[in-house]
Amino acid sequence: MSKKSTKVKSASQGFASRKKTLSLLSMVAPGTIWLILLRYLPMLGIVIAFKDYRIYTKAPSFINNIKNSPWVGLDKFKFLFATSDALKMIVNTIGYNALWIVLGLVISVSFAIMLNEVTNKFVAKTYQTLMFFPYFLSWVVASYFVLAFLDPTRGLIVHMQKNQGITGYNWYSDPKPWPVILTIANVWKYTGYSTILYLAAITGIDANQYEAASIDGASKWQQIRYITLPHLRPMITILFIMNVGRIFNADFGLFYMVPKNSGPLFPVTQVIDTYVYRALAATNDIGMSAAAGLLQNIVGFVCIMTANTIVRRIDEDSSLF
Amino acid sequence: MSRNRNEVVYLKHRRSRRLNAVSIPSEVIIHIILGLFCFLCIIPFIFVVIISFSSEESIRQIGYSFRPIEWGVQAYRYVIDLGDQLWRSYFNSFFVTIVGTILSVLICVLYSYALFRVDFKYRKFFTFFSFFTMMFGGGLAPTYVVCKSLLGLKDNYAALIVPMLVNPFNFIIMRTFFQSSVPVSLIEAAAIDGSGEYNTLFKVIVPIAKPGIATVALLNALAYWNEWFIASLYIQDAKYVPLQYLLMKMQNQVDYLVRNSAQIGAEAAKIMADLPQDSLRMALVVLIVIPIACAYPFFQRYIISGLTIGSVKG
Repeated sequence: MSKKSTKVKSASQGFASRKKTLSLLSMVAPGTIWLILLRYLPMLGIVIAFKDYRIYTKAPSFINNIKNSPWVGLDKFKFLFATSDALKMIVNTIGYNALWIVLGLVISVSFAIMLNEVTNKFVAKTYQTLMFFPYFLSWVVASYFVLAFLDPTRGLIVHMQKNQGITGYNWYSDPKPWPVILTIANVWKYTGYSTILYLAAITGIDANQYEAASIDGASKWQQIRYITLPHLRPMITILFIMNVGRIFNADFGLFYMVPKNSGPLFPVTQVIDTYVYRALAATNDIGMSAAAGLLQNIVGFVCIMTANTIVRRIDEDSSLF
Repeated sequence: MSRNRNEVVYLKHRRSRRLNAVSIPSEVIIHIILGLFCFLCIIPFIFVVIISFSSEESIRQIGYSFRPIEWGVQAYRYVIDLGDQLWRSYFNSFFVTIVGTILSVLICVLYSYALFRVDFKYRKFFTFFSFFTMMFGGGLAPTYVVCKSLLGLKDNYAALIVPMLVNPFNFIIMRTFFQSSVPVSLIEAAAIDGSGEYNTLFKVIVPIAKPGIATVALLNALAYWNEWFIASLYIQDAKYVPLQYLLMKMQNQVDYLVRNSAQIGAEAAKIMADLPQDSLRMALVVLIVIPIACAYPFFQRYIISGLTIGSVKG
């Protein structure tokens, strides 16, 4: 009797759990379908990088096109590195990213510490709000902000130069100042965002620690050095790993929109992302574009794994996974 | 007398300072640095607003300036007069933002709720399945080919909406929100009461997780509103051009507005001739930023909580 009832119970439980699993599976279904179509299928499309991709005129469809395009092996990669552009864009991408990772870290951490010291909370909130604002604007909009200052005929700075007797200088054809301009634009857009992240971490620190330290006679600098920074370390590490993982990926909008796609500036504004886009949009060379993209992906993946492994060796709790 | 009072106020202020606050001179320096930076953050937008209200004559004479010789609303009048394309784009942007946000939030809530359920049999697999795409992908070119020739995302609203429907980063945010605000016992209780999974999710869980949903919704809405890259890949027909892409196209060709307006032939040529090109562009920038600038103070709080959670616990 009792045996029978447990059997029935477990059967109904089995049914219930199967029903539950099915319901939950149906919940992940839409997202999964999207991921398969727009993320995993393109991963198979990587073969394009090893083929001379052509439209199969008899029955043009994605599968047919790939199937009937001839293999070219590593030719696309060879061609990519044969051009002098390749080295330049790789150096640009890594250079800007490395500079901005360090610069962003220093500026945002110091701003966050400063914001935390502001006595009037309303003023502190106002600073936060103003600082965060550029983060919500697109690079298209930001590019017009830059244009307002640097427009060759109307720009504010150009007019000031004219008043000083400098004429005929075109900001959009001289590559020299652009590393600085791009850096300013990057700091302008993202500082508020990362400052707020760090500030959230700082406000999470137990206030008692600071009070105890100050009673023991620790100066502000000592408190920052021995309390704030150690507490920020996990967050700094995580953001660092994530940034290093993206060291081969540039902020496309910044490099494409802000310099207004100006040719003479390419030596300092061409990065892998803009190259991939231009190869795709202008020359329609899908193979080259795919090759560059694949390279970018593999290096990025290796970078993030390496960074994470190194961090895990040093401090296991700080690692990303 | 008044001096005395000032002193009293000053003393009061000093006494009210926190025990461990920085010295007043240091705080002054802090205010100067932060104030200056905030000023730099906001000044380009103010400048563009001023330019858009400058008369064309003023711009011709002294260029873009914080103090134009003459103010004018010419630019906005033109925007309204030949705005066919502009209104079309405004509608496109709003439409894509609204539909895209609703769909992406729905997908996100469903997916991350399943990831949140510890008793979900394939939880580990689907977590990895989505997070892996954050680290590795096919790249732009294969994605472009798949979207365009396999999924038919070309010159239609789907092309603007579908490519941005899913963002695994939002799954992390949403799942973390569930973890921090929904007690597991609640789900068990609902299950014992015979509530189905969907019923539990939408009747019990969603009301609790509203702040998290608001965060994800706002992140998605912003992403859709600011989108121009995908449009530049998949949209050629002027009918589907969203605002940001319109602005991008106008970079080199202000006449884009005219060409796509109702006016034709000689009349259009005449409009072209005395078009206030410079202020017109800036007026368009202002019209794009205004919806964000108006809503921004209200949604800022949600975005901050979302981003903090997403990156701290990601």
